[in-house]
Formats: sequence, C-alpha cells, structure tokens
Amino acid sequence: MTLKEENHSEENLPATPHHEVFVAIDGFALLFDVLKSSGFQIVGPTIDQDAIVYDQIDSVDDLPKGWTDVQKPGLYRLNQRNDDKLFGYNVGPHSWKKYLFPPNVALSIGKKNEDGWEFQEAPDDPPKLAFLGVRACELAAIRIQDRVFVGGDYVDSTYQKRRQRILIIAVNCTQAAETCFCTSMDTGPRCTDGFDLALTELDDGFLVEASTPEGKAIVDQLITLEVTRKQQQSAELARQNAVDQIKKRMDTTEIRDLLMSNLEHARWDEVASRCLSCTNCTMVCPTCFCSSVEEVSDLAGENVERRRQWDSCFNLEFSYMNGGVVRDSTRSRYRQWMTHKLATWIDQFGTSGCVGCGRCISWCPVGIDLTEEVAAIRKDAP
Amino acid sequence: MISNASKMATDSPRSPSLWVPKTVVIRKITPEVENVATYHLAFTDADAAASYRFKPGQFNMLYMPGVGESAISISGDPESPELLDHTIRVAGNVTRGLTQLKPGDTLGLRGPFGSSWPMEQCVGRDVLLVTGGIGLPPLRPAIYQLLKRRQDFGNLHLLYGARSPDVLLHQNEFDDWKRSGLTIQKTVDRSVFGWKGNVGVVTLLLERLHSFDPSNTVLFCCGPEVMMRFVARTAFDRGLTAEQIWVSTERNMQCAVGLCGHCQLGPQFICKDGPVFRYDQIAPLLTVEGL
Repeated sequence: MTLKEENHSEENLPATPHHEVFVAIDGFALLFDVLKSSGFQIVGPTIDQDAIVYDQIDSVDDLPKGWTDVQKPGLYRLNQRNDDKLFGYNVGPHSWKKYLFPPNVALSIGKKNEDGWEFQEAPDDPPKLAFLGVRACELAAIRIQDRVFVGGDYVDSTYQKRRQRILIIAVNCTQAAETCFCTSMDTGPRCTDGFDLALTELDDGFLVEASTPEGKAIVDQLITLEVTRKQQQSAELARQNAVDQIKKRMDTTEIRDLLMSNLEHARWDEVASRCLSCTNCTMVCPTCFCSSVEEVSDLAGENVERRRQWDSCFNLEFSYMNGGVVRDSTRSRYRQWMTHKLATWIDQFGTSGCVGCGRCISWCPVGIDLTEEVAAIRKDAP
Repeated sequence: MISNASKMATDSPRSPSLWVPKTVVIRKITPEVENVATYHLAFTDADAAASYRFKPGQFNMLYMPGVGESAISISGDPESPELLDHTIRVAGNVTRGLTQLKPGDTLGLRGPFGSSWPMEQCVGRDVLLVTGGIGLPPLRPAIYQLLKRRQDFGNLHLLYGARSPDVLLHQNEFDDWKRSGLTIQKTVDRSVFGWKGNVGVVTLLLERLHSFDPSNTVLFCCGPEVMMRFVARTAFDRGLTAEQIWVSTERNMQCAVGLCGHCQLGPQFICKDGPVFRYDQIAPLLTVEGL
C-alpha cells in the first residue's frame, strides 16, 4: 500500500493501523529500563559537536530535550525550543546505516602457517541494538538497504547479522525541516510499517503503537493508558503539522528516463562548477552503500585482516582501472551519484535510492540541492 | 512503494560470508610473453576442489594477503577445473606481487563470478572470436569448449591482434587449435623482421574475412572498449546485428558480487551482470564519456 493510499483511507477508517496506547512523559524512562532488561543496547539521538547525532544512549537525559534543528542548503544549526520535547527536530548528519553497514568492519582474516595461507571469517558478534527515534524516511532507507544487502542473489552476512538483531522504535515527525521532501518520495512523514514500535510525541507523553510481537512485548511492560479522543486529535494535528511544513518538492515523474536520456545535459557542467567532490552527500546519505576493502597486516605480514570501509563515488580513485580512472571529472562523478541515486537504482533494486531526507542538501558545503538539479534538467526536457 | 520481498532474507538463517577466500596453491607458472604469465592454481581443500565449476568468460578474485585482490578471468579448460589457469599481465599492485611468488606458494581465491560466453548460441552457427592482446585468455575456455564439440558448430575463426609479434599469447597452442578446426588469423600493429603475417588493426581481418554466413554467425569480442566498438561497427558492415555480438567488459571490480559499487556502468554491475554482455544491452553505455 502506498502512503498516498493510506492517507486517503485514513479519512474513513480508524486513524492508525495498529492499536495505540498512551505513555505519560513520566513513564517514558521505564522504556529504557525495559529495553535494557530485554538485552538491548539503546542507540538514539543525542547532541555532539553542535549536532544531533545517533549514539549509544543510557537514559532519557541523553536525548536532545528542548532542542531543535534549523536546516537549509549548506546549513545545519541547533536552536533551543520553547518546550521540553524530546524529538522536536528532524534528521541530522548520522543515519542508522552506521549500525547496520558499519563504516569500518573486518570481513576476513588470513593467517600464514607452514602450509601456507589459511582464511576464515572475521569474528563478528554485534550486540542487540534498539534504534530509538527512527523517522519514516529512515525506515524507508533501511528497507532500501535491505534490498541492496540481503534482497539479491548475494547476501552480505555482516549486514544480515546486524539487521536480525535490531528493534526499531520509530518516531513520527511532528515538524519538518526546509530540506525535507519525503512526501515527494512517498516515504513519509508518517511511519506506516517496518518498525516494532512507533511513537507520536505530545506535550505530556507519547502515543505508542506496536506492530510486531517484539514491539508488543516491550509495550506490555510499560505503564500505559487508553488513548483519549483529545490525545488522538492532538497526535493527528502534530503529524499533520509535519506534512504541512514540507515545502520542498521533487517531481519524480519518469525520472529514470529523464536523467538517463540527458547524460550530456549542460547542467552537469554547471553543477560540477559548484560541487567540491568532497563526498559529504554520500557519507550522510542513509542509502549510499559503496565501499572499499583494505588490508591490515601485522609487521611480519603473517596475520592479515581485510577491512571494509565506506567509500564514495566522488573519490577520484573510486573508478580506477588499468592505470587510469574512468570518472576523471567532477562532472562525471556528480552525474554518477545523482543518476545512480535517482535513476539506475530503480533498474538495480526496483526502488529509488532517495528517501527525501534532505541530508545531502544540508550537509553539502556549497548547498547543492539535488531537487533543484532535477528541476533544471526537467525544465529543458521535451 | 517497497514490498516486503527483502524481509524474507533478513529473517532467514544467516548466509555464509561472501568474503572468505579459499586457499589455492600455485602448481606451476608458465611464462608467456614479457610481463605475462599463466598461473596454474589448485585448491588445497578437497571439498572446495570437488565443488568448483566455472563457465567460459567468468573470473575469480585472486587474493594476495597484505596486498589485495584482483579480478582475473579464468583462461583454462572448464572441463579440467582441478587446475585453474589464470593468464595474468602485470598491471597493478596485486599482479606485480604475484610475480614474486613461486610454485608451492599459496594465495586466496574467491569465485567464480560473473556472466559467461553464451556457448549455447554457437550451436549450428559460425563463430567469430575477435580479440587483441591480453583479451585472448578470457576467450580461451570458450575455444576449448568449441573444439571439444567441434561437430556442433559451423566455421570457427579466431582473429587476433597484438602490438607486435613477440606479445601474441598462447601461440604454442595455435597448431593444435588449427588441427582441431579453428582458423586463426593474426595481425600486429608493428611488424618486425621475419614477420610474414598481417599488419594493422584487427578490424582489417574482420573486413576481409570470408567463409562465414553473417545471418548465421555469433561474434565474441574481448579487448579494450575502443577496439570492441570498432569491431562491432565492422561487424555491422559485414551484416551482423548487435544481437549476434557479445563483448566482455571491464571495470574496477572489488567485491565481485554487486555490493561495493565500484564497477557500475549505468544500471549494470559489471561484476555480476557482466562481464559478458550482448552488445545491444551495453552499447549505449559504452559511448558516454566517463559514465
């Protein structure tokens, strides 16, 4: 079911697909205790270096209480709110990708003995993680990376193992940043599936819906109340506020053919004159999956680990082949990134690679906005 | 929007790692021409040896611990996978590192990977193998298969170009191949004293080739992209269509399973969707600079 269809059906049907309960703000701390006693480490939003990032958190006190973010092309700032909301902001530079597809992970180990080299899988025992505060666009990003890493003929076992050990506690956005365009990508702002629990924050607590047995088991250990009609209405208004605040649009009509039939468009030269090829957009993107493997050896060269690290199609050596690089210009590298994200991703994985989170816009040091790039190419299309 | 197709895989039992190489031992190293040698590799593990099969045109990732991996096409006979031939030109760190190894040394191998030459398309048809330089080894497994079932095919032609006569590969096998029913024409860019063959690019051989039926021919081509484009153009002039031509493409292949992103060419992951493509499926992508 698409989000649009669901929004439509909400006019006639009960407002949420799952049963909701109310958890008062005073009882929210208990969620942390329940998650810990269920064996989860909790990761979620917290403030570090003037940004809201995802990191290990221990209690409600670690959340960015009373903070919000301001985002524009090339700009991200934290401001204090005039209330004590715990989730009153949008997405920051981190994404959950770093927990499922770690930026640096050991893949295999080689040991040299008298018979020669022996190889084995690198030891890997990731903890059970509870993701607290996953937004709708991020749920979509996880679904996309599921397709990349476990949905094809070849399954990436490091991703798969981590993916099987997470609990997802989503949060419905109640406001939007200037850079958000999830409504154009049909990914949000409402969390519709792909979570264990979903929260909607009100002034005095949370509406909580469980969509899996695992989520239900957590809720059963919380102190809950029946949701009042007023709370239901407040939640609807808050969630609608996010929809109403989204002003950025990207027209995705026939976007694959639009971009692939304009590979020599003059706009690629124009954007290349601004792009620094710095890789920021690919590092903050919740779906970018390119990586390289490097050798880590002891001094004797007899114990060698292969480690996978995030890489970027903006790096010059990324397309190195036979003594040269295929994509030797910023023009060719920006074109690769954008056409892959919005066009060829559809050929490869049956979905766009973009979820409309806007990170690549905020964190671009020169404020390049891919929605503007698409619009510029579309303007000239017949 | 997005179906739950992938949910099955996230819930399924854990898959084995794609990243752990098998140990192979170098049984023999055959020097070919300057900077090119064939490494004959065998698995040390009996189970790995018993289960390994490859198709013509596929490649392995050869791994020198501490140096890295390199994608190398398999150049031997698919029906004799107990000794895996890899004909390697020194080009980068890994291939340079391999020159330091000797028979008895071990290395890692992951594979086989990628698409293969469509041998079933050759049955009952004339087959043109057009290649240059180090492009011959990836076609050698196809040659073995064609000659082993020679009666199944029409005329078989190998058109082979190289910079100069001293860098033509696998010449010690040419007499065998000819006796088995393959006609071979060679050409070089630069002649030397005593060379009695052709001089010029390999497309000249294709322009002049007779004894094939364009309407009932398949053409396999392996070489630099610019060469493959010109071979295809010449083949069109000779009456072939893009659907009768297969080419073997190359990009920076690292994971070999479509997960690292390096080898993309438009929508294709060269490592798993290729390296062998029917020409009409890849041609539009080969003409875009820097794609």
